Amino acid sequence: MTDRTTARQAEPDPTHAAPPTLPGRSIPVSGVAVPGRAAAFRAGLRAELPLLIGVAPFGLIYGALAMDAGLGRAASQLMSSIVFAGSAQFVAADLFADGAPALVILLTVAVVNLRHLLYSASMAPYLAHLPLRWKIGLSYLLTDEAYAPSILELERRGMTATSHWFVLGAGLGLWTTWQTSTALGIWLGAAIPASWPLDFALPITFIGMVVPTLVTAPLVAAAASAGVVATLAHGLPFKLGLVLAAVSGIAAGTMADRASGGKAEGAPA
Amino acid sequence: MTVWLVLIAAGLITFGIRFALIFLFGRVAIPPLVQRALRYVPPAVLSAMIVPELLLRDGVAAVTPDNPRLLAGLVAIAVAATSKNTLLTILAGMATLALIIQL
Repeated sequence: MTDRTTARQAEPDPTHAAPPTLPGRSIPVSGVAVPGRAAAFRAGLRAELPLLIGVAPFGLIYGALAMDAGLGRAASQLMSSIVFAGSAQFVAADLFADGAPALVILLTVAVVNLRHLLYSASMAPYLAHLPLRWKIGLSYLLTDEAYAPSILELERRGMTATSHWFVLGAGLGLWTTWQTSTALGIWLGAAIPASWPLDFALPITFIGMVVPTLVTAPLVAAAASAGVVATLAHGLPFKLGLVLAAVSGIAAGTMADRASGGKAEGAPA
Repeated sequence: MTVWLVLIAAGLITFGIRFALIFLFGRVAIPPLVQRALRYVPPAVLSAMIVPELLLRDGVAAVTPDNPRLLAGLVAIAVAATSKNTLLTILAGMATLALIIQL
């Protein structure tokens, strides 16, 4: 954190007058000093740490629940690496236990993960220049909790030569924690007392990440609208309330943006 | 056997959803309006995950001063807005929640 700030102050930004853009893309290339691969990877890992406090108990509970559902140790564990999507795994384990038909399980998984289409769309411009193996790897790691720090870092710093290492650090930090906590849940059961409000670490960390980025009226409109709709639509099954809320927030932000004549266009500093 | 097939299919579906637009970007033209809309994905999605956690209690709206998560969330929002520091926000929010629960 500190080295980044000093680097930014020490090195005058030569591209200040007109930020260059990569061909065919509207994302400004960052003019500030680029951290090395290892530093970027560590920064991603560090940004992911607070989210892991909320994810680990979730993994424990999943492991215990999958065993209760009769999936067996191997399938319970491997679902965490084959599917690697918290909510979808809970629902799938539940449906397995109910003896639901394969098609129903697969459709449900698809609907529950529909929101990842939005993540994919919003990450895409930043990853466009990467080799296919990177796109495949980072797509596999693209979960709620890895998306949040990654996209905010990409928006804050723009494209750098090592941005993808930050995304990889965040994604692998989460992946490792998810596999480990699943294993603990399988072997020990859900050992954390339900009264410990560790799950609250997730929304609190998201607050710490998103609130400082709400620097224009359209961004505030997007956040407020999505928050209200998510609360009202909370009862919808399969996380559809989240999808509905996200779409309405995006619509509100875009409309406010157009109403302000695109004056909010400039990326927040 | 069926379980494994379903797991692998579920994994492929999940990966496909995450990979689809990352793969297609640059191969298909993205309209300017969509490009502009993409900027609002992070605040929209993250707020959609935050706000219900603060306002709902066991799935029921609890917009009252005796809702610990709402109070802790408001403290966190205030700290985040003034300090712009994620770690400080987390500490303030979790400490507030722990304090209220203890009292």
